[in-house]
Amino acid sequence: MADDAPVAAPELDIARDLVRRAIPLGLVVIVLSALVWRADGAWTAAFAMAIIIVNLLAAAGLMAWAARISPNALMAAVMGGFIVRMAIVALAIFAVKDASWVELPLLAFTLLFGQLGLLAMETRYVSGSLAFPGLKPGVVTKEARPS
Amino acid sequence: MLHVLAAQDSGELVQGLTAVGRGIVYGGAAIGPGISIGIVVGNAITAMARQPEAAGMVRTTMFLGIAFTEALALFGFVLAFIISG
Repeated sequence: MADDAPVAAPELDIARDLVRRAIPLGLVVIVLSALVWRADGAWTAAFAMAIIIVNLLAAAGLMAWAARISPNALMAAVMGGFIVRMAIVALAIFAVKDASWVELPLLAFTLLFGQLGLLAMETRYVSGSLAFPGLKPGVVTKEARPS
Repeated sequence: MLHVLAAQDSGELVQGLTAVGRGIVYGGAAIGPGISIGIVVGNAITAMARQPEAAGMVRTTMFLGIAFTEALALFGFVLAFIISG
């Protein structure tokens, strides 16, 4: 089926665009956190934004790779990838949970609202048409950028 | 049962119940999105099989659906650590 309709990797385009938009949003979150929790808050917010970005890039990369193989591989990669990625996220949080600079409530809220906020922002730039799967034509991607 | 509970040191009981609560939160945070992602991906693959020319659009929607669902899991994981104090 994947061979019948060869398409680019729209999820990679979206993930790259998400990262592009995560940088200014992350800076705002870090500054706001620093105002309330000082340096600890800034480090915690930066850590949470890093988890969000790496998680989204890993999910998109895995999906794009598996979609080229077969639908079965896509299903396996998404479900298996979810377990592996969540285990890695849990390990990352476990590794720093007792660190002096970590504010756990801030970490939880930054993870939740950072991810939801980024995705809500991104939905404005996602095309829902057959002609442009992925991002809307006006959004500059790596492939669409003039060389 | 009550005798057993009464015989326990209150600190140990609290520790034990905290561990149980942490497990419930952690498990619940993983199971809910896991089921949801299974439904999202299953339906996306059905859609791609029915209409291969729409595969790109379906994958876009699937990726966003998965990412939205995962936010709940991420939040639940941190909540489990918050419960542990």
